[in-house]
Amino acid sequence: MVDFSLWDIVRNLLLAARWTVLLSVIAFVGGGLVGLLLVTLRLSKLPGTTPVVTAYVQIFQGVPLLVQLFLAYYGLGLLGINTSPWVAAGAGLTLYTSAFLAEIWRGCVESIPRGQWEASASLALNFREQLRYVIAPQALRIAVPPTVGFLVQVIKGTALASVIGFMELTKVGKTIANATFSPFLIFSCVAILYFLLCYPVSLYAKRLERKFHAHR
Amino acid sequence: MPIVEITGLHKSYGEHEVLKGIDLSVAPGEVVAIIGKSGSGKSTLLRCINGLEEFQSGSLTVDGRPLLHHNAAAMRELRQHVGMVFQSFNLFPHLTVGKNIMLAPSLVKRKDAAANEALARKLLQRVGLAEKFDAFGDQLSGGQQQRVAIARALAMEPAVLLCDEITSALDPELVGEVLRVVESLADEGMTLLMVTHEMNFARKVADRVVFMHQGRVHEMGSPDALFGNPQTPELKQFLSALHD
Repeated sequence: MVDFSLWDIVRNLLLAARWTVLLSVIAFVGGGLVGLLLVTLRLSKLPGTTPVVTAYVQIFQGVPLLVQLFLAYYGLGLLGINTSPWVAAGAGLTLYTSAFLAEIWRGCVESIPRGQWEASASLALNFREQLRYVIAPQALRIAVPPTVGFLVQVIKGTALASVIGFMELTKVGKTIANATFSPFLIFSCVAILYFLLCYPVSLYAKRLERKFHAHR
Repeated sequence: MPIVEITGLHKSYGEHEVLKGIDLSVAPGEVVAIIGKSGSGKSTLLRCINGLEEFQSGSLTVDGRPLLHHNAAAMRELRQHVGMVFQSFNLFPHLTVGKNIMLAPSLVKRKDAAANEALARKLLQRVGLAEKFDAFGDQLSGGQQQRVAIARALAMEPAVLLCDEITSALDPELVGEVLRVVESLADEGMTLLMVTHEMNFARKVADRVVFMHQGRVHEMGSPDALFGNPQTPELKQFLSALHD
């Protein structure tokens, strides 16, 4: 047994938390971009896009993230791509996040009254201009609170990347626990760190919600 | 040459045929009121003219341009000549009144900012809301919002203005201010097609009244002829029901 002071534990966990944060950011930015593309495709009503986007969303919402990460890790390997846990976790979480964000944002866009589309169409705006100048600014206001709220789910979701060997907070916690034989202490520290990451985000989402609600 | 020419227009939702062969031709400067029961297809007809509704057969031209649904460039061109005002105003709530009016001319017509603002202010003046340039829609009454919507449609300098029951969502005391604006447009020679329930207004302002019944133009003529001497039992019944 190796001797770890509490500071050693916390220091190592804090270092690992960096990768949790980075992975969350990758998932959120990547998922956001892919999600935006999906919503735009869906709204464009181009032939064939609706069933494809719907299937995509259903598949990634209907399969556990853990299984998705396994598939990303081993699947990319099968395709001959030399996968690191980074690539697999980044890709898996991006796909997962994009499906959820696409669905959240679609709901926000659909809550904009049809009259807004019709009025902008009869003013001869094209689809891109309608979206950019009329629909998106209104949908965005509604979308910010649930989007920020979903960020919390993504941060917690990164814990699952530990199973494919990604050295983030949970994985490092487990490693230290194995070495110190005090799993309860270690995972309590891990839990506190997750909470410290997520709580401010939740709080921020709540504040945004109140703010946008008051402006209505 | 007619400004709007509709021939043999058929439109159905699935099995249900809403427009069963409409022929209508509107001369420049003409004011046409379309009346009829709800479900008679009058709003649908109006919405076909600027392509908000697709139709299955027949042809429709505005200013000689055929309406081609799946040709985005042709639709954009056509819609620049057809303005529309809606029952529910549909102002853009995230933009000020001024920006509501200036949005389409700047995007679609690439109008330069100064000329665009001058036009918007002139139009607001015309609808009696000069001081509301920087207000938001939710700070205005329904009648004021609808007048802004009219100004917004006019900013595209359309050849035809479609009015779809534009006073139906208004409190009674606000109807007059909107109708006065429409009347002044009619006096200035704007081509107007309006679906309306305001029979007195139709009688006063329209050059021609179209009575629609079950997806067809059932009777058509001058306001005096239609209101004073209805020919068909359906129109007689429709008009007498209004007086009850």
